[in-house]
Amino acid sequence: MKKIQLSKLPQLLSAIAEKTALYLPVDTASGAEYKKYEEGDKLSDACNTNRSAKDFFFPQVENMANFKVEGKKIEVIDIRKETEDFVIFGARACDVRSFDILDRVFLADPVDTFYKNRRQHATIVSLACSVPEETCFCGTFGIDAADPAGDVSAWKTDEEMYFRANTEKGEAFLASLALEDGEEEAVREEQTKIRSILEKLPIQNLPTDHFKAEKLMEHFSDPKWKELYKACLGCGTCTFVCPTCQCFDIRDFDTGNGIQRYRCWDSCMYSDFTQMAADQPRHTQMERFRQRFMHKLVYYPANNEGVFGCVGCGRCLAKCPINMNIVKVIKEIGGDK
Amino acid sequence: MEKEALIPEIGVITDIRIDTPDVRTFRVVTPDGKKPFEHIPGQCAMLSIPGVGEALFSITSSPTNTEYMEFSIKKCGCVTGFLHATEPGQYVTIRGPYGNGFPVESAFKGKDLLFVAGGIGLAPLRSVINYCRHHRSNYGSIDIVYGSRSMQDLVDYNEIMEEWCKEDGINVHLTIDREQPEWNGHVGFVPNFVKELNFDTNKTAVLCGPPIMIKFTLAGLQELGFGKDQIYTTLEMRMKCGIGKCGRCNLGDKFICKDGPVFRFDQLEELPDEY
Repeated sequence: MKKIQLSKLPQLLSAIAEKTALYLPVDTASGAEYKKYEEGDKLSDACNTNRSAKDFFFPQVENMANFKVEGKKIEVIDIRKETEDFVIFGARACDVRSFDILDRVFLADPVDTFYKNRRQHATIVSLACSVPEETCFCGTFGIDAADPAGDVSAWKTDEEMYFRANTEKGEAFLASLALEDGEEEAVREEQTKIRSILEKLPIQNLPTDHFKAEKLMEHFSDPKWKELYKACLGCGTCTFVCPTCQCFDIRDFDTGNGIQRYRCWDSCMYSDFTQMAADQPRHTQMERFRQRFMHKLVYYPANNEGVFGCVGCGRCLAKCPINMNIVKVIKEIGGDK
Repeated sequence: MEKEALIPEIGVITDIRIDTPDVRTFRVVTPDGKKPFEHIPGQCAMLSIPGVGEALFSITSSPTNTEYMEFSIKKCGCVTGFLHATEPGQYVTIRGPYGNGFPVESAFKGKDLLFVAGGIGLAPLRSVINYCRHHRSNYGSIDIVYGSRSMQDLVDYNEIMEEWCKEDGINVHLTIDREQPEWNGHVGFVPNFVKELNFDTNKTAVLCGPPIMIKFTLAGLQELGFGKDQIYTTLEMRMKCGIGKCGRCNLGDKFICKDGPVFRFDQLEELPDEY
């Protein structure tokens, strides 16, 4: 265990940024957002950022390849290059779990080299949530906000910040910094404090046992979908802010001097998502709404040893314009209510 | 850097065969004249014209063809529209193969096979049919029921008449939807024709065609006594990646691009009917 006085945190961040690109949550006029560190930036105390941390590995838009087209001829230009090392400092337990969920998609064979490249060059310093919020339901998915994963876990107390390395990468990272030895006891106290808050939160222990692969058709056919979806506008905000939503589109852009092929985020909530020339399989918003939640709660776990495709970060609860969310779905579908 | 599945290779269209008013068959090789990659019958490939788009097509040619790959493509959108307007010599990009393909080396082996296709639905079946013809001794009798709107809409007509019809142990049953003066074959829809032909239920059936044809042919075969575990089909869905990552072709927990496109009807019964 290592530690540093909070009064010395600015110097620590500055020292990290001197060696490696550093990204951290900072406060903005509209809430906390991840940002590349600039001298003087302060680590936000907000429970979470507006946008998730998925951008680091799966950016909203990325240029995958270029093409030179001359008459009937086409040339493929591979523009990939090795990413520089970077540090994500202060990711919450939920966002850190989201990386594992994305890994199971993008690192599955055949591996996504764009994603893998960024993932390999990142060092993740997670930060325990000193004050989890009412919209947090990470505990539902077995995530402990008091003991976040990552290469390094950090805890912030009144006077100090404590660090524990979890991986070799994390060990090397901490060894490169000017830190003092810290006491395990102080971290245990902080964890007890956090867990006593988590215990009192209303949606930390939602029932999820019934979302099993063998109940796929039962949940799919649940008549409650027809009620739940009704207010959904199909705006896609939930998928945009979701740390685990990873559906994408691939599009070409004609620059006038060649073609750029892009990958960008897409959303299963959009009516043209599955549209084909003749027809499409999900005609109504009810089907699209059901798809999103069935994917996170049933389909994804069925393919991934029961791991849910939700981390309980609560962003969709806070951002949905009609106040519909996965918590309501979990409570209604297959449950007693 | 290691190979990226989403970055395609170059292919060249060397021949375009006009099959029907809206179907053409494109022959594709690499720039140095080779077959782009190996595949198994029923697998697909992503073709693209940069700036126009990328789309998934079933590979029509059999893996036993060592020289080139063929795609029978119906004109119905941006990429297909471009391809229909192009000429030999046009470059495309190509990546694949994608999907599971038909169990030609396992479940199909030693079986009497019944292929039922409608319209452009023959495209993915042509690959299997020609594969089975090539390895003829591995399979029992082969029946092919193929129908389309009109005589002019039958894809691969010459190959069917000149090769398939003339081979021992292969029975071809053609039908068109409506009477035509120059047609003296069967007239009527595929599902009814299949029932009329009253096939022996020891066969393994493979269906591909428009959803309405699949639905009624499936019902017809079941009426004849076929079990759902004897009937296969190949599905299609909009796809962007082809490798189970872009998230749009799932049927429950299965992705059509990697767990399909070939499914048996008893497997489909366990999945949502979102296809």
